[in-house]
Amino acid sequence: MSSTLAGWLQAVALVGALALCYRPLGDHIAKLLTSASHLRVERGLYKVVGVDADADQRWPVYLRSVLAFSAVSVLFLYGLIRLQNHLLLGLGVPEMPAHQAWNTAISFTTNTNWQSYSGEAAMGHLVQMAGLAVQNFVSAAVGIAVVATLIRGFTRNRTDRVGNFWVDLTRIVLRLLLPLSIVFALVLVASGTIQNFHGFHELTTLAGDPQSIPGGPVASQEVIKELGTNGGGFYNANSAHPFENPNGFTNLLEIFLLLLIPFALPRAFGKMVGDHRQGYAIVAVMGLFWVASAALITFFEAQHAGTAAQAAGAAMEGKEQRFGIAASSLFAASTTLTSTGAVNSFHDSYSPFGGGLTIFNMMLGEIAPGGTGSGLYGMLILAIVAVFVAGLMVGRTPEYLGKKLGGREMKFASLYILTTPTIVLVGTGIAMGLPGERAGMLNSGAHGFSEVLYAFTSAANNNGSAFGGITVNTDWYDTALGLAMVFGRFLPMVFVLALAGALARQQPVPATPGTLPTHKPLFVGLLSGVILIVVGLTYFPALALGPIAEGLH
Amino acid sequence: MSKPLPNAVRNHLTALRMLLVMTVILGLAYPLLVTGLSQVAFAGKANGSVVTSDGKEVGSSLIGQNFNLPKKNPDDAEETALPDPKWFQPRFSAGGYDPNASGASNLGPNSEDLTKTVTERRAAIAEFNGVAPASVPADAVTASGSGLDPDISVAYAEQQVNRVAKERKLPADQVAKLVEQHTTGRTLGFLGNEHVNVVELNKALSELK
Repeated sequence: MSSTLAGWLQAVALVGALALCYRPLGDHIAKLLTSASHLRVERGLYKVVGVDADADQRWPVYLRSVLAFSAVSVLFLYGLIRLQNHLLLGLGVPEMPAHQAWNTAISFTTNTNWQSYSGEAAMGHLVQMAGLAVQNFVSAAVGIAVVATLIRGFTRNRTDRVGNFWVDLTRIVLRLLLPLSIVFALVLVASGTIQNFHGFHELTTLAGDPQSIPGGPVASQEVIKELGTNGGGFYNANSAHPFENPNGFTNLLEIFLLLLIPFALPRAFGKMVGDHRQGYAIVAVMGLFWVASAALITFFEAQHAGTAAQAAGAAMEGKEQRFGIAASSLFAASTTLTSTGAVNSFHDSYSPFGGGLTIFNMMLGEIAPGGTGSGLYGMLILAIVAVFVAGLMVGRTPEYLGKKLGGREMKFASLYILTTPTIVLVGTGIAMGLPGERAGMLNSGAHGFSEVLYAFTSAANNNGSAFGGITVNTDWYDTALGLAMVFGRFLPMVFVLALAGALARQQPVPATPGTLPTHKPLFVGLLSGVILIVVGLTYFPALALGPIAEGLH
Repeated sequence: MSKPLPNAVRNHLTALRMLLVMTVILGLAYPLLVTGLSQVAFAGKANGSVVTSDGKEVGSSLIGQNFNLPKKNPDDAEETALPDPKWFQPRFSAGGYDPNASGASNLGPNSEDLTKTVTERRAAIAEFNGVAPASVPADAVTASGSGLDPDISVAYAEQQVNRVAKERKLPADQVAKLVEQHTTGRTLGFLGNEHVNVVELNKALSELK
């Protein structure tokens, strides 16, 4: 079989598997977000934690719960990392400096999983499983909880209650993430991913050299790293590492897992608003961008532009032989379009336009399909903007799903859209203006600029993948990127929750002949256009200085 | 009766209790359960697919290794070890196949350093294996993503057959057959890429009588 055909078949198999899961998984998520009954184990948990599970919260209270949970998580994780040498399974790794521990704690709490450390050299097993992996679960659940409030904003009327954060969090973890993780972790182990509590295993190689084989509870963390769109590798090489991703099957499974929940959430949205066609419209836009991006990156990697890639004869630098070009490109497109950031090949060595597209994917704001929860709320905000733009064209107050989009609603939507680009562009600008930070780039010229731009885009969009070339374990980058992750995660959440509150308060307006149908191909086109214009106008100058300049060179 | 705690404090205590409960379930019970089941059902794989030769552990079939000649001065960090012609050679590794330092070169597609390195590798490999420089495949002259890639392309393995056979005084047919036996196609026929596992292949080579 030719590698082109095999590449196509992989993509088709992936789409087929996702399509099969769309309805059952989406319906399951909708049910757990709306059901009035609690499981017995959940009741016990609420009792221990001290939560009144039947009392819904107003949006500021919901927001305070999200922020309190995240703040406590950062502090707990920071403490665990700093104290790991004194705890079980510390493996004798050196103490992590304060700025790096801070950056790492923020990174995992914000679902970013930016890593300025190297997993095998800096982390003991206890921190990996009881610190990092726990945040992989709960940070994913926080994203889904926040989008649940936005959907409730559309479905609830004349109320100031948007849901109960503690109940949402518990149900998402226990009814969705944990069962899937147990099943797929075992599938990964059966396929070769390791799962043990060993330290380094010393042996002598065939040629007589000493080699130490690492151990660790890898599969249990690998699965939630993808499923929760987190992306922080157990090892430095992330999903390129043979112990995380041993073969072609596990590779496709990992891509499937990182796309699974983000692509099923539009179904949950459609079900909750009582019109499945609304979900289909949203998933169509997500799918459109994903297909286009995956096809383009594969095309550019197969072309292998660039002097080094031309000299080699194929763009295999930074890619694994068992995956090859097609499976690496598919992973790259999927990981940067969701907010995952796991990598099975290294984007810094991608061809100029291939690597440029991975940056562009993140600049879209992680919406196609985006991170767990954060992807859908990002897309719904853009849908609101699209409806508003259409309303301006005909000169009437627009409405979406029966809710009027007035000044207050549009203010929150606009603030949401402005937040991330501001963080990315200001951060990149400052880094380029400081001689010391500029010197941290491995490559020079336009490619070096792309490295810095990639870092801030990745942090502010909570992606977490890296172009890799810059030295980021410095006081300045750890602090600056840490701040970018915090603001890039929580400011948008503030605006989403405020918007949810504003929408839930409204009395619904009946649809009239003048209402823009938001389930038709026309709306899919309009929304896609709005996304491209908003992102294009915001980032074009920065892209022109980096990947575009390099690609046209 | 004592004064009730302020709301903000109560909120953070709830958050802390929730985090602790989640840590027990997700951070301890879950990985212990998965490890327990894995060790019962898939012990070999869960423990790193370790391969043995003559009863001795010689590596993991998933983690690549160096097959170099001993250095003239083992303590000299500057000296680069030369490839041993008796073995099939793996891909280049940014971390020298040290599992403590997985990772890639991160050099860009237009990097002058990388272009120069690739060109030099092509010439060296062509000479080493006695083949035309243009025929050396891409995986042979590039560094992998993990730095631990255990695999090479079929084309690169085939180019090494004559050299290995000559060094080991074996018939080339026999070595070529060994390569064929260690060629893994795409999983299920279409997943991933065709490859030859160098660790497994060299192990089989060393066990030939």
